Amino acid sequence: MKISVYRYHPDTDDKPRMQTFEVEERPGMMLREALLEIKAQDETFAFRHSCGEGVCGSDGMNVNGKNCLACVTPVADLKQPIQVRPFPGRPVIRDLVVDMTQFYEQYRNVQPYLVRKDPLPEQEIPQSPADRDKLDGLYECILCGCCSTACPSFWWNPEKFHGPAALLQAWRFLADSRDQATDERLDALEGPYKLFRCHTIMNCVEVCPKGLNPTKAIGHIKELMLQKSI
Amino acid sequence: MPIPHRRFDALILGAGGAGLNAALRLASADLRVAVVSKVFPTRSHTVAAQGGVNAALANVLPDNWHWHMFDTVKGSDYLGDQDAIEYMCREAIPTVYELEHAGVPFSRLDNGKIYQRAFGGQSQDFGGDQAARTCAAADRTGHAILHTLYQQNVRARSHFFDEYFGIDLIRDDEGVVIGALVLDIESGEPLVIESKATLIATGGYGQVFRTTTNAFINTGDGMAMALRAGVPLQDMEFYQFHPTGVAGKGMLITEGARGEGGFLVNGDGERFMERYAPRALDLASRDVVARSMVTEIREGRGAGPNKDHVLLKLDHLGAEVVHQRLPGITDICRVFLGIDPAKDAIPVFPTAHYAMGGIPTDPHARVVAPARHGPEEVVPGLYAAGECACVSVHGANRLGGNSLLDILVFGRAAGTDILRFVAENPNHRTMRDEHIEPALARMQRWERKGEGESVHAAKADLRKLMEDHCGVFRERETMAEGVDKLKALRDRIDGVRLQDHSKTFNTARIEALELDNLMDVGMATLMSALHREESRGAHSRVDFPQRDDEQWMKHSLYSREDDRMDFKPVRTKPLTVESFPPKARVY
Repeated sequence: MKISVYRYHPDTDDKPRMQTFEVEERPGMMLREALLEIKAQDETFAFRHSCGEGVCGSDGMNVNGKNCLACVTPVADLKQPIQVRPFPGRPVIRDLVVDMTQFYEQYRNVQPYLVRKDPLPEQEIPQSPADRDKLDGLYECILCGCCSTACPSFWWNPEKFHGPAALLQAWRFLADSRDQATDERLDALEGPYKLFRCHTIMNCVEVCPKGLNPTKAIGHIKELMLQKSI
Repeated sequence: MPIPHRRFDALILGAGGAGLNAALRLASADLRVAVVSKVFPTRSHTVAAQGGVNAALANVLPDNWHWHMFDTVKGSDYLGDQDAIEYMCREAIPTVYELEHAGVPFSRLDNGKIYQRAFGGQSQDFGGDQAARTCAAADRTGHAILHTLYQQNVRARSHFFDEYFGIDLIRDDEGVVIGALVLDIESGEPLVIESKATLIATGGYGQVFRTTTNAFINTGDGMAMALRAGVPLQDMEFYQFHPTGVAGKGMLITEGARGEGGFLVNGDGERFMERYAPRALDLASRDVVARSMVTEIREGRGAGPNKDHVLLKLDHLGAEVVHQRLPGITDICRVFLGIDPAKDAIPVFPTAHYAMGGIPTDPHARVVAPARHGPEEVVPGLYAAGECACVSVHGANRLGGNSLLDILVFGRAAGTDILRFVAENPNHRTMRDEHIEPALARMQRWERKGEGESVHAAKADLRKLMEDHCGVFRERETMAEGVDKLKALRDRIDGVRLQDHSKTFNTARIEALELDNLMDVGMATLMSALHREESRGAHSRVDFPQRDDEQWMKHSLYSREDDRMDFKPVRTKPLTVESFPPKARVY
């Protein structure tokens, strides 16, 4: 099977190029395994990866034009020659490795932690199964970045628009019955950019490898803002 | 160009659960904390823990910490240190509540309390009925805990060095650990971090085996750092093979699958655990279940066309239980096997999973090593917690649900003791160039150019060797042969060369440095296994099938110098309760 990968090394290359490798396909092979075969052929090829089962979120990349996690993407499902590129819209450090600083910065900006103001009980803070169910589809985010780097609004205003991953986490805490910082969270999202640059293009939903729905979460935040403003 | 120095009160190597819980404790007390991680913190392997964390909350069935302690001592095959085990089981309860308060989205019971499920080796009333002690966030408990701890560290403003690789510890003339040399992976430049106290929290080393549940990053970096700093590794022969790794692939299927009511069948469709553990059945200890599976396969009762695995059945539980309680497992089965576990059985085989051994510490997470005054002298300024450490709470076999507990309790304990240590030792000690020299030499060794074998080829040979010579069942002949081969491989490593000598994000260089680490921990494992002539917990010797408390109720210590083996006694005296004397282990 033929795999064409994006190559760029800042010390030696003026501009990026695509390089094609021949890899033997095995039944059930995931793209990560194919990239590891390339790495065995050419140790200068760089990409991030770790768990191999879609929970660590290291190996997000753009494959045949769509963002995905290499370790849970079967090569059999991909049209050949497979085109593997780094995430779009992010500065490339080397080959498939991109600079995700801004993505993490936006995550930190939404106060991604539970805020509790009441005194803490000796035991757990009670939460009904129904309230706990509201966190499903939110807490599972692995911060791989597939969604935010597929979002045109994030490409255009990465320093102002929080992007789908961070906003999904903003809603994860707003939706948590234990959290006591709703007003501060909503106030911090005011303005034309942080939240409202989402134009419901829904690329994020299409690419999320965990099947999560940031667009819906953003909609919930907007609804809550509206309720609060009345 | 001189190497830049940064100074912090505390340095933490590793950003999994142990490192982050220690960092949180320290940053919340306003210490300047540097957390160094070779991956972005939420990529640490804690993220892959599935089933849950043990604590005797008694939310589902009656329970108390003392029963938890008994199960852990018995599970350890009486090699665990009972003072540390008592501490961990007592601390488990406030620790889980603290995590919940920090935001972990635990699954809930109808009364609003934390959901707890049954796990292997758990009992009520010191060996009675099955207990339900494992606190779970569906089957993504590690993910939920790791993200929460990272989030709370964001709040506490811990200082992160993301994608920095630890080269080696730095010790001064008096042997005090005064920091570490690290490598900025992105720039390829070295950096010295000076610290008053240093915690190793770098996790396990499953990558030393060919088939493993562990991630690519689990290469024993901190353990090997300790070895190179002259600290021995303890009980390295005890490596856990998890009964239910996906056969041939290695992905973990949580013990929680059996906790929710799943069971194993052989190629004849027989529920074979009835013969091996009539009472606990599929929820016997992991070492017991793994051995039973391999025995079934060896005796020709495996499943599949090659009769080389057994099957985990969940189809009788109903789609709702499987999909709701085990959504992560459902995903893994769908993606990697193309099956729905609510309908089809999962092919499983015991898979390299967890190191019971590691860097010897006391219950305050202080690293201890043999010195003038005895086998457990504190190494000043050095701490270790989590899978890389050996307290020892797991002894010869770890119970499911006790690893998340270990990282949290002893990560926190490390933080607490570092607070004390830094208060008592408020100044940085003087670091001179010659203190840094050995660490620099290790890095520069890989600068040698020319033709040579590749890192990739040497690593593949190592992993195959360890699998062939140090698996579930062991005997002298195969292990001695393994040691010879491993020594030959160690000599070969000197001829391995990097072809890529560039600076920017050179992953080949990182993998070469990791290979050094894997070689060291591999040798520690095989040497320790060869020496222990008894069967205990996960260490099963075909040639010595019985446990031998008279000769071998002691911890092993492997030192890198001359591959030397030493031993030290087990701490059988708990903190406040009566000791549990060794008994035959029946499930």
